[in-house]
Amino acid sequence: MTTRWFGARVQRVEDDRLLRGKGHFTDDISEGALESVLVRSPFAHARIKSIDVSAARALPGVVAVYLSADLPFGSTDLPILIPHPNLTHGRTQRCLASTVVRYVGEAVAFVVAENRYIAEDAADLVEVDYEPLPVVITPEVSAATQHLVHDDVPGNVAAEMLQEVGDVKAALAKAPHRKQLRLRFERGAAAPMEGRAVWARWSESEYRLTVYDSTQSPTSIRGGLAVLFGLPESSVDVIAPDVGGGFGPKIMLFYPDELLVPFAAMRLGRPVKWTEDRQEHFVAVNHERGQVHEVEVGFDGDGRVLSLSDDFIHDAGAYTPYGIILPIITAAQVPGPYRVPNYRVRFRDVYTNATPTSPYRGAGRPHACFVMERTLDAIAAELGLDRVEVRRRNLIQPDEFPYDLGVAWQDGNRVVYDSGNYPALLARALEMLGPRPAGDHVGMGLSPYVEGTGVGPYEGAHVQVLVSGKVVAATGIPNQGQAHATVWAQIVADQLGVDVADVEVTSGDTRKFKWGVGTFASRSAVVAGNAMAVAAGMVAEKAKHIAADHLEANPADLELVDGRVRVKGSPERGIPLAAVAVLANPMRYAFGGGTEAATQFTPRPRPGPPLADGEQPGLEATGYYSPTGSTWAAGCHAAYVRVDPKTFRLEILKYVVVHDCGRLINPMVVEGQIEGGVAQGIGGAFYERLAYDADGQLRNASFMEFLMPYATEIPPIEIDHIETPSPLNPLGIKGAGEAGVIPVGAVLAAAIEEALGVPITEMPLSPLKLYELVTRPS
Amino acid sequence: MKVNGVPHPAPVDPRRLLSDHLRHDLGLTGTHVGCEHGVCGCCTVLFDGAPIRSCLILAVQAEGHEVMTIEGLAVPDGPLHPVQQAFHECHGLQCGFCTPGFVLSVVGLLAEHPHPTPEQVDEGISGNLCRCTGYASIRRAVARAAELSKQ
Repeated sequence: MTTRWFGARVQRVEDDRLLRGKGHFTDDISEGALESVLVRSPFAHARIKSIDVSAARALPGVVAVYLSADLPFGSTDLPILIPHPNLTHGRTQRCLASTVVRYVGEAVAFVVAENRYIAEDAADLVEVDYEPLPVVITPEVSAATQHLVHDDVPGNVAAEMLQEVGDVKAALAKAPHRKQLRLRFERGAAAPMEGRAVWARWSESEYRLTVYDSTQSPTSIRGGLAVLFGLPESSVDVIAPDVGGGFGPKIMLFYPDELLVPFAAMRLGRPVKWTEDRQEHFVAVNHERGQVHEVEVGFDGDGRVLSLSDDFIHDAGAYTPYGIILPIITAAQVPGPYRVPNYRVRFRDVYTNATPTSPYRGAGRPHACFVMERTLDAIAAELGLDRVEVRRRNLIQPDEFPYDLGVAWQDGNRVVYDSGNYPALLARALEMLGPRPAGDHVGMGLSPYVEGTGVGPYEGAHVQVLVSGKVVAATGIPNQGQAHATVWAQIVADQLGVDVADVEVTSGDTRKFKWGVGTFASRSAVVAGNAMAVAAGMVAEKAKHIAADHLEANPADLELVDGRVRVKGSPERGIPLAAVAVLANPMRYAFGGGTEAATQFTPRPRPGPPLADGEQPGLEATGYYSPTGSTWAAGCHAAYVRVDPKTFRLEILKYVVVHDCGRLINPMVVEGQIEGGVAQGIGGAFYERLAYDADGQLRNASFMEFLMPYATEIPPIEIDHIETPSPLNPLGIKGAGEAGVIPVGAVLAAAIEEALGVPITEMPLSPLKLYELVTRPS
Repeated sequence: MKVNGVPHPAPVDPRRLLSDHLRHDLGLTGTHVGCEHGVCGCCTVLFDGAPIRSCLILAVQAEGHEVMTIEGLAVPDGPLHPVQQAFHECHGLQCGFCTPGFVLSVVGLLAEHPHPTPEQVDEGISGNLCRCTGYASIRRAVARAAELSKQ
């Protein structure tokens, strides 16, 4: 294999159509589809006394109005995606609520009409009589409340989990210094630019359900639809076409529309579509990030951490469809790149009357990083030590890998860091950061971090060389902007010795590849990328085997270069890959394109049947990659900021990132991931806040009031890479999707704390929050 | 109204948004809808040459005007417009959902300021939200587009 493409800044193959307006997003599909609207609860907690849909059904142009009782699966609790023994009181919603609603935005009715405008009018005519119930919004209050979100869940606790490495109590007691901190992270939202959308068609003659869904996991949606609708999986196709950003919450089983749209399409015999509006996206698509941590740390006079106890509450929202993966990740990632010889972590996952939470880019990691870095800054302040020096003394060293943390990871294994060089990341970040800018109210923040990536269980790929010599490749997991079509083409092109432009990748279409898991957790490049390499490698071996007969050579002496299979050292002795693809399919009927070379009266190089025992026709292969465990990327961010002491406007003077995701497939793409992640981190740290009131109303459910950063808020980011290959996978790569976002809160908290001289113990901040912190009586 | 130079009959539904009319009546689905309240800029089109939000006006208000959507910027199968080319070269797009709106905003920006200062660049793209790129690559793309437009 050559590495002509791997590692190069290859420009994206997906750009051209997206730039010309020829993208293919779910709402772009119509084909005469009926349009639909969900009626959602305006109350955070209420009993449904009655629902009257007669006026809605009578409106001209309305085709159907469905309530829970109209659905064959209406009384089925939707699945818990990731069950866990500690999730003792897991609860999921039903497709449409019929008795109690538990958050603003919970769906109660589904209206289908000739067009969206009529459907919206009809939704307004659905009369729901609600009896409001007490509301619990704040997670700390939920854990102590008399008001239950679910009648049968005592104390609102869905799950509790305790892990301990070493003897934390004893080590705390013996530690020369101790410190306690209370750290708070509010809810956040992923807010991709494309909301969610679903389009479905049922074909009775083909007995086939086709669903387009802006999901991050079409294979899971397909499996779930087959189960709930009683269809064979082979009769369900799910396609995630172009998806306008995902960042986590577009993976669910199910959002109600993902069942209702296919159901209505089957029931009504016409295509049906549903496209979310932005206001409902804010309340009906999963949130993330609400956690409250109580930390106690014991340390020595040099600032070395001896013992760390973290007891935290995680805000589940009203249901736990995603299980307890988020708090598990936080619990696992608190120690980060540091040695913590005694570590105890307990969490309680509590219900609140708010939108359910599930992973959003970072997925529990930014909280963990914030907790550890705030703790180290507090240790430095307590001892009067340099913050950098405290970190240096606690970092895991390059000769300590593999490093077993001793706590559980999200895949059921233990956290074991596979490789890395954390001191080098810190040193390079400081070098890039340079001298402190002059002036008052300037602060510096820095944060090394780790990122568990490339989680299993597996992904697969199919690679085929066509008789034209072009290569098609497919995998089950979809793309939301991560340049899958480019980076996987790079991997395949190297294996097959072809031009990257000759490889066309399809992803997220169960018609092209039906197996796989999904795009999440910084896993696509690692898991699907290695599967692509496996499949393409199998095709290369097959090509050598076929070509060897025709070149009268040993397969081991052949190589694939420039679209040909040729003899090493005698490049003139070769055969085009296109011709090998022809020969791979012995035939009776030529169909043009040179295929006559493989017909029955053409002399064959070897005796025996045209297709030997155990051989399959076609120059193609399907390969899989299943990792033994996660591979751990790492990095270090550092920044200088200035805070205006009157307006509390934040100015980020310099922001640097050093990043290590193992071998880089395409540095341009990785840098794009980092820049985008940092921007989301800045948004989540200083601008974006989901402002719930005590009644459970989200008061800022629009882009007018939820302050997502524009270009004017995001500074230039300076990026450098170091490459510590992962020993766990053949390509030596690690994931990069969440690296940009993880440490931003920790970095900005430290920098702002220094700039203003007030302790920062919560996220997100804002000018108003800083004003309150500075002016409140101490 | 004329859309991408082609005359179209007047829209029949008086409450149809221009964005919905372009997408669902004329099939020009390159105009995207990200918020429907005029904040995200995904639905930006050129209206008599200037960028506007097509989700904030009714289709009937476009009668007698010239609308250009992303589909009208480059000849199909021909070379990309310099702004599109610059976004490609500078990795100025990831998921591509906000991209048509950004491209048309930048076309408008460069028409006004062919050699924009960094402040004018930020100002010119500060009506469009992008959740993927963090804007750095889009800033580079604007600078590159100014260069390409000069050539």
